[in-house]
Amino acid sequence: MFNKSTHDIAASFSRRGVLAATAGLVLGLASLTGAKAADDTIKVGVLHSLSGTMAISETTLKDTILFLIDEQNKKGGLLGKKLEAVVVDPASNWPLFAEKARELITKDKVSAVFGCWTSVSRKSVLPVFKELNNILFYPVQYEGEESERNVFYTGAAPNQQAIPAVDYLMKEEKVKRWVLAGTDYVYPRTTNKILEAYLKSKGVAQEDIMINYTPFGHSDWQTIVADIKKFGSAGKKTAVVSTINGDANVPFYKELGNQGIKAKDIPVVAFSVGEEELAGIDTKPLVGHLAAWNYFESIKTKDGSNEKFIKDWQAYTKNPKRVTNDPMEAHVIGFNMWVKAVEKVKSTDPDKVIDALPGIEAPNLTGGVSKMLPNHHITKPVFIGEIKANGQFDVVWKTPGLVAGDAWSKELEGSKDLIGDWVGKKCGNFNTKTNKCLGSGS
Amino acid sequence: MPAHLSARLCSLVLSLFLIAFALPAFAGPFEDAVAKFANDDFSDTEEAIGVVAGSGNKLAFPIISALQDGRLMADPDSKKVYVTGADGKSIDAATGEAVASVPDSASAVRLNNRLRRSVDAALGSLTLQSPDVETRLQAAQSVFKSHEETALEAVDAALAKETNRSVKTALGEARAAILLFKSDATEVEKLEAVATLKARGDQEVLALLTGMGDQPASVTKAAASAIGSIQNSLAVWSMVQNAWYGLSLGSVLLLAAIGLAITFGVMGVINMAHGEMVMIGAYTTFVVQEVIRTRYPGLFDYSLLIAVPLAFVVAGAIGVLIERSIIRFLYGRPLETLLATWGLSLVLQQAVRTMFGPTNREVGNPSWMSGAFELGQITITYNRLWILCFTLAVFAILLAMLRYTVLGLEMRAVTQNRRMAASMGIATSRVDALTFGLGSGIAGIAGVALSQIDNVSPNLGQSYIIDSFMVVVFGGVGNLWGTLVGAFTLGIANKFLEPVAGAVLGKIAILVLIILFIQKRPRGLFALKGRAVEA
Repeated sequence: MFNKSTHDIAASFSRRGVLAATAGLVLGLASLTGAKAADDTIKVGVLHSLSGTMAISETTLKDTILFLIDEQNKKGGLLGKKLEAVVVDPASNWPLFAEKARELITKDKVSAVFGCWTSVSRKSVLPVFKELNNILFYPVQYEGEESERNVFYTGAAPNQQAIPAVDYLMKEEKVKRWVLAGTDYVYPRTTNKILEAYLKSKGVAQEDIMINYTPFGHSDWQTIVADIKKFGSAGKKTAVVSTINGDANVPFYKELGNQGIKAKDIPVVAFSVGEEELAGIDTKPLVGHLAAWNYFESIKTKDGSNEKFIKDWQAYTKNPKRVTNDPMEAHVIGFNMWVKAVEKVKSTDPDKVIDALPGIEAPNLTGGVSKMLPNHHITKPVFIGEIKANGQFDVVWKTPGLVAGDAWSKELEGSKDLIGDWVGKKCGNFNTKTNKCLGSGS
Repeated sequence: MPAHLSARLCSLVLSLFLIAFALPAFAGPFEDAVAKFANDDFSDTEEAIGVVAGSGNKLAFPIISALQDGRLMADPDSKKVYVTGADGKSIDAATGEAVASVPDSASAVRLNNRLRRSVDAALGSLTLQSPDVETRLQAAQSVFKSHEETALEAVDAALAKETNRSVKTALGEARAAILLFKSDATEVEKLEAVATLKARGDQEVLALLTGMGDQPASVTKAAASAIGSIQNSLAVWSMVQNAWYGLSLGSVLLLAAIGLAITFGVMGVINMAHGEMVMIGAYTTFVVQEVIRTRYPGLFDYSLLIAVPLAFVVAGAIGVLIERSIIRFLYGRPLETLLATWGLSLVLQQAVRTMFGPTNREVGNPSWMSGAFELGQITITYNRLWILCFTLAVFAILLAMLRYTVLGLEMRAVTQNRRMAASMGIATSRVDALTFGLGSGIAGIAGVALSQIDNVSPNLGQSYIIDSFMVVVFGGVGNLWGTLVGAFTLGIANKFLEPVAGAVLGKIAILVLIILFIQKRPRGLFALKGRAVEA
């Protein structure tokens, strides 16, 4: 979701320094678990940045997997063996992601990897997972247009987040005019392309759509917020659909608040602002702005599963204020699905587990049961939450049931005829019109 | 047919039965509506707001204003609704009787954006005759926004009694907005309305006039000419606005670059860790605010004033430490300095990340830094205004220091001709350390101001380092005035390019322009002349 191209340079400069730090960390972990013989454990790779720009978001996900492994081991492990986490730090550096993935698979012989945040890091490790035939669980909402045999996408596809959010604004807030504001990289650009096509299919005119891109870490929002204000004063109800990267969000929301744009005048619905991001902002001026996710910490469940998860998580991290968020939930679902698949085939062999995963069901944290689909995406409920003064969200709308993730968007020319099906067709980009698999060449 | 009939009959009987059953509990439509707040359903709440606001009941105002502030509590089990006052006392919303306490199962009635608008509109017509001028003005504004026909009577009544001039104007505008959308208003009334709105002439009027739908021909014509003249005046204002945004961006650039103008510009050290000094200043602000929040909450509005000297001292001390331990061994070796300070910046980032965590830290805005005021048709936010003033003050103090103090004299002497300064008895290495400390300290001060508009995260400094170098090189190395002019030039150029080219292309265009400019004038806007240049 986030990435920061200017930091490519920064990160590659820093690689050596960070490697040293990582080595220390890995050594530390290894010495903790080193007492056991390798055969007694099943190794699980954790590939999340612990330094650099992305550390802000990814550190939590590393902790989540460690927490899940700890819980699983308390229950007796898996196939009679203990699970063991192998944590590496790709340092927000996309080429290093590929190197670290290779190291995890060939040197540490992990059975599956949980990792990546930005789309560019996922694309970077993809060839490694294909070549060495291993499994990656990817927990972040992304732009879609991908279905790979070795990757399982537990975050939201655009039809599980962006489209329902726009539907909500159209129906509930009667929005007629749209600002699509995003950071300038692949996720916002693809998502906005999909949204633009979708809005036009719903009869929205070109002049009622304003698309705006800003560089990474953009901090001077005066002009853009003034433009939004101007665009919103054309006599039609206006809303902002924000795919702005996490770091730039704080100054963006501050400027909105200062220029007096209230949610009741021009609501902003964001796809990358969650509990974790709000922790750095004074949320009082933001009350009423929206976010679309598949999970909110504030959701109450009948069976108490979310409440229990939050309690256990805070106890594990020894921090009673630690928040939970959507990508964490995606890891919870993905991890439990993997455990079930391994138990089903009684093996951690990637080929067997990949074949077993589609059809596996695991409870999500909002009271439903998510299912792994043949296109390696999962079914999820979609929630729209309003920001509350305490930095949490109040769910104001949700989809009636679970939404199945589309690997290929139905809104885009060139992808609307494609499906991913790794069960029947054994193909990630099968064209239903021509009945052909495009294969990896496309 | 018979099936239909029987179904209807059945529902009729059922509803009669329900009414009969409900009557003893709920005496009238008002009480009925109040009970709907307890359903926790947005459309029920909306209905309830409409009925309660139009009921004329004296409880309407306390109920709706409590709803707005989240003080309207509803018990889903008993369907009872309570208004809790700011003083902690509660009343039953349906009857107005005081209650001892609100049951624990009650929770605040939830709102969404649609409902917040209804609440505003309802409160607007309810408070048009409030004794408080500010409340009346706000009420008139919200009626203007919602311009619902039902409010016309209340507006007329309020207009007749109103004595305050600005409230009267606002009420007149609200009345005009209502008439414009009222289907049975006469042509004369509508023409008057357009004239009134034209006089107000802001973006909201533009929104009303463009969205007013079908009207008599004369009205449409008058509206079109009003739209034209408003657009013209707004176009002029938007130039003013761009200029102001440019000044504001320029002040941020200047603030970030001013410390670098000392360490890089005056001393010639390529200091890649400059951004981290800014970050340290921002984290100092965070720590100060944390202490204030937990120990002395009353001092929060002064937190920045306390943070400024502290940030200067902390960042300055770290700067002196860096100079003494690393940089002094590297004078005259720019490449090694670049690598060493780059490495240092990573060390500092990771150190902060370890100490404070990788996530953003919340630095609050004191009340005098929040909000905005209108100047003509542009919005000026207080935080930007204060930062501009602050930057100019820092610049003036720094300039005075270099010119009128002994340390300033020594600094200038050492940087212009080190050997001669040394032979005049100046302890050059001490001056070096102090100069570097001064530059770092000023970067720390910049961090205090930047914490008000940007993220406080370990990456804060990285986003400013490139811009800072750009400003110093463009303005002319070694010249503080050059940095000032450079920063404001870049800021204003950026803000005039941004609406045309977009933020991404605008930034690229600026970089290209600077490259071309440097080709023509390698020493920047204000080149130093004379022997000092070669020294």
